[in-house]
Amino acid sequence: MVELNHYLILSALLFGLGLIGFVVRRNSLIMFMSIELMLNAANLTFVACARHHVGAEGSVLALLVIAVAAAEVAVGLAILLALFRLKKTVNADEARELRA
Amino acid sequence: MSEALSFYFFGSIALLGGVNLLFCKNPVHGALFLVCSFLAIAGLFLGLNSGLLAAIQVMVYAGAIMVLFLFVILLLNLEVEPHQWMSPARVASALVAITTIGLVLQPFLFAPKPAVEAEPSLVVPPTAPNVAEVLFRQYALPFEVVSLLLLVSMVGAIHLARRPQRTEGV
Repeated sequence: MVELNHYLILSALLFGLGLIGFVVRRNSLIMFMSIELMLNAANLTFVACARHHVGAEGSVLALLVIAVAAAEVAVGLAILLALFRLKKTVNADEARELRA
Repeated sequence: MSEALSFYFFGSIALLGGVNLLFCKNPVHGALFLVCSFLAIAGLFLGLNSGLLAAIQVMVYAGAIMVLFLFVILLLNLEVEPHQWMSPARVASALVAITTIGLVLQPFLFAPKPAVEAEPSLVVPPTAPNVAEVLFRQYALPFEVVSLLLLVSMVGAIHLARRPQRTEGV
């Protein structure tokens, strides 16, 4: 029987890895993958809390998060394709037309 | 006992996948490390008695979403780019991220432990029928909103990914 705290610490660490990847890496693909890692860490928290407290609600929330993640990936990758068509690179620092 | 074993096994695999994603040079390698991480998280879901979510995690995340990633990497035809690690902005942002995580972890690591660890009161075990019961009765409206979101994002993705020249003549 693993304590709830251990699951929470693990998911916080996973979220932290995703956060660091998102801020530090400039390759847009890697940044997207880091976002996916963060969403998964949130899912792990939901499921662990659901097991330790109420019941099926956490699983329902995790299902909704997975659906939102799928939508986000579809739109995000389409934006990335459009960016690549325009700039011939996926480096996030190259997309700065709106910057003064 | 076996749950603790599988927790540490899958947890360390998930963390290693995340660390390797952080340091990988080639996006394809990053995608494969992320698949490892997702599969390990599916294993953690199994350890939490949530077999339905483990199956969905494998099919949707490790299957569909990562295949989409790999297809896009294939389409983009990238060269491996040289990266400079130690720019001051990067170090600063990494420090901010690490501090944030430290603040998040601090209550778990240094809080006094509760005297009695509450036993899980599994009123409703997360099997597929129970999850469906809650999802379609109590959370029917969010479910419909999510389906609308998926439709909108599908239309948006098709519109964004289309070549602009092709619509000129129509």
